[in-house]
Amino acid sequence: MAAFLSEYTWTWLAYIIAAMIHVGLIINLVAVAALVFIWLERKISGRIQDRLGPTRVGGKFGWLQTLADGLKLITKEDLCPDGADRFLFKIAPYVSFCAAIGAFIAIPFAGGAYPWIAQHLNTGVFFVLAVLGLEVFGVILAGYSSASKWSLFGAMREAAQVVSYEVPLGMCVVVPVMIAGSLDMVVIGDQQAGWFTNWLVFHDPFTFITAFVYFTCAMASVNRAPFDLAEAESELVAGFHTEYSGLRWSFFFMAEYGSMFSVSILASVLFFGGWNGPVPITDLLGLSGAEVGTLSWAVAQALGLANVLLKGLLGVCLMIWVRWTLPRLRIDQVMTTCLKYCTPIAAAMFLGATLWQYNFPGRAFFNLIPMSDAVLEVSEGWEVESNDPDEEEEQIARGPEETGGLL
Amino acid sequence: MSSLIDDPRVIEFDVRTDEMLVNMGPQHPSTHGVLRLALRTDGEIISEVTPHMGYLHRCAEKIGENLTPRQWIPYTDRMDYLAAMNMNLGWALTTEKLLKYEPPEKARHLRVIICELGRIASHLVGMGTYGIDLGSFSPFLYAFREREKILDLFEEACGARLTYSYITPGGATADLPVGWTQKCLEFLDQFEPVIAEYHTLLTTNAIFIKRTANIGVMSPEMAIDFGTSGPVLRGSGISHDLRRDGEEIYTAMYDGYAFEVIAQQNGHYPKDHNYPPVPKEAVLGDCWHRFYVRMLEVMQSIDLARQGIERYHAATDGYGEPLKLKTKLPKGEVYLETECPKGQMGFYLVSDGSDIPWRTRARSSSFSNLSVCEPLCRGCLIADIPAIIGSLDIVMGEIDR
Repeated sequence: MAAFLSEYTWTWLAYIIAAMIHVGLIINLVAVAALVFIWLERKISGRIQDRLGPTRVGGKFGWLQTLADGLKLITKEDLCPDGADRFLFKIAPYVSFCAAIGAFIAIPFAGGAYPWIAQHLNTGVFFVLAVLGLEVFGVILAGYSSASKWSLFGAMREAAQVVSYEVPLGMCVVVPVMIAGSLDMVVIGDQQAGWFTNWLVFHDPFTFITAFVYFTCAMASVNRAPFDLAEAESELVAGFHTEYSGLRWSFFFMAEYGSMFSVSILASVLFFGGWNGPVPITDLLGLSGAEVGTLSWAVAQALGLANVLLKGLLGVCLMIWVRWTLPRLRIDQVMTTCLKYCTPIAAAMFLGATLWQYNFPGRAFFNLIPMSDAVLEVSEGWEVESNDPDEEEEQIARGPEETGGLL
Repeated sequence: MSSLIDDPRVIEFDVRTDEMLVNMGPQHPSTHGVLRLALRTDGEIISEVTPHMGYLHRCAEKIGENLTPRQWIPYTDRMDYLAAMNMNLGWALTTEKLLKYEPPEKARHLRVIICELGRIASHLVGMGTYGIDLGSFSPFLYAFREREKILDLFEEACGARLTYSYITPGGATADLPVGWTQKCLEFLDQFEPVIAEYHTLLTTNAIFIKRTANIGVMSPEMAIDFGTSGPVLRGSGISHDLRRDGEEIYTAMYDGYAFEVIAQQNGHYPKDHNYPPVPKEAVLGDCWHRFYVRMLEVMQSIDLARQGIERYHAATDGYGEPLKLKTKLPKGEVYLETECPKGQMGFYLVSDGSDIPWRTRARSSSFSNLSVCEPLCRGCLIADIPAIIGSLDIVMGEIDR
């Protein structure tokens, strides 16, 4: 966008305006998504539990319930406990909130030659994971500064849990990165264009399992039940946010839902095709090759955006479903799950995917079966790439520099 | 896998840690009312638990010394408010024992139906809140959905939904309404298959088993030493149920009823229903078994209520008019324990010959059951405390009276 704007104004101003627009869009997206998810959580949990959930606010289905709650929270008194470290106590929710929103900077919502992304980074996956990991600082600060023992317990649990789960999470993320050969999320997503068989989750049996491990670890690292130990309501009262009230408390809430959304979108880009739907509608409609800036290009990109948002929504709904079904694990069991199961499984899957790549380079599970000459090609090793029928992949293999950054 | 360590106060020599004193309650989501636990913890590991009670003390026993036995019935409602019918029964039978009064046949069966329904309602709350204690919210609402139907039945019978004062010395305040037993049977038929839902969500759930199996293991000897009763005692494999082993006046009520005491004997639970199997991680006397015994008792109570309805219809005499408000009590003292959902609830009554008792006293089962929490919680993790306290299924209204 900055490149486009700089044709009309000074370059520095173009960059500032572009950044402002991106930030505005992202904040609105996360805030609206959080509102929708909180409403959705209430509705879904209500239906799961034989209740109706909210029904009144906003006419039908209580769709404005979250907004009403937000208004109520804004009017509440902003309490700060006597013994609290006032500065840290007040800043903690913002740290969490900024981390949750910051991750969206590098998340693409549509791919192609001119991707819809705030900042096209060639290390996008790394950036998202790193920024998501920052969220834990807000929680630890909150727990430490609250001057409450329950908060401290929550913070310590969060620290132990999130730090451990970053390990298997990172390993799971490395698998699609290795297959795609790039840390650039736009590249990873564009490689999965076409039918859903091209999705990395169906790339080989190892990625299939990795996707599940990733989702488990993602749930743990965003503190969703059954891993919600930091706020474990029946044990630690409310964990790290025991002492918070009003708007600051709601910032933690928004951060939680924001990061749920971002790990779901990350899952969709890494494993589930990102902006490429299960059926290549854009190809079938003849929109895929459209020139940047034309109407058909915009439609294709909008379809991609819808795909990403829908997949993120599905991921969040899955988390909601799990939360209202399962009991909570104990802290030692959470750590056992991470260190004894998730980490070795993720490592084994990484190894498996590596061997697959070595044996069947550039071949996914589904285009392995019908080809009888696959075995011949395999013997040629890495040369197979040139035989690949998928033209697009070749282009992508040339690397992010040539596909072009946004700015 | 057990979280217990030999002595939690022994810590690694190169790590200096301080013990922390934490107050759990009296305002805490999982202490089942206003129980306060003073925890001494080393990180997440508990080294000492001290329960503090008395936040809900309402001088119920002293009030009982100023009212006639029938007037005191509403106060018994408020002891175990989740099984008020069973509390009513305990006091009514104690008074009847002093008066040497024998209620008519129909009243006897009416009491069995009502009390078994009360037992189901109480165990449903115990089961649901246990789910919440372990972080699973949905079973709670599934349990309350069914409990609500029992409360509807109670409301139809006596007009109240929580504090019934229905069973009184003499019989009950009123006969069951016309068509009530039909509705009750319909409920029982509808309710029985629902229990499978609870088993799926909790009893056989892998995480639930992980959280409860081998946690808070109480040996049979310990269970007896601490004077526990009810599902807590039977969860340790001791076959003791006052409905079978109690005093004559109480067991006479269940005369002719077919039922088995739910307790694991020689590694087996009585096999008269389709129960889910005991997981191999579970150890006799742990939280899982206490929970399981409750679930099985629900099944048994359904059966007993059905038998009661049959006999109720067969009986031809009256439902038992309540005794007059002011009935002269014979001089003497009586003590009677009955099998309430939470355990053995005892009432003690001393009379000096007037219509008002000279002394009333209640022996709470939850009180004895709570006393085991100190040795059970020692050495466990903080997350296990709700699991252990929840499995004891205490009600503070009964402990503090």
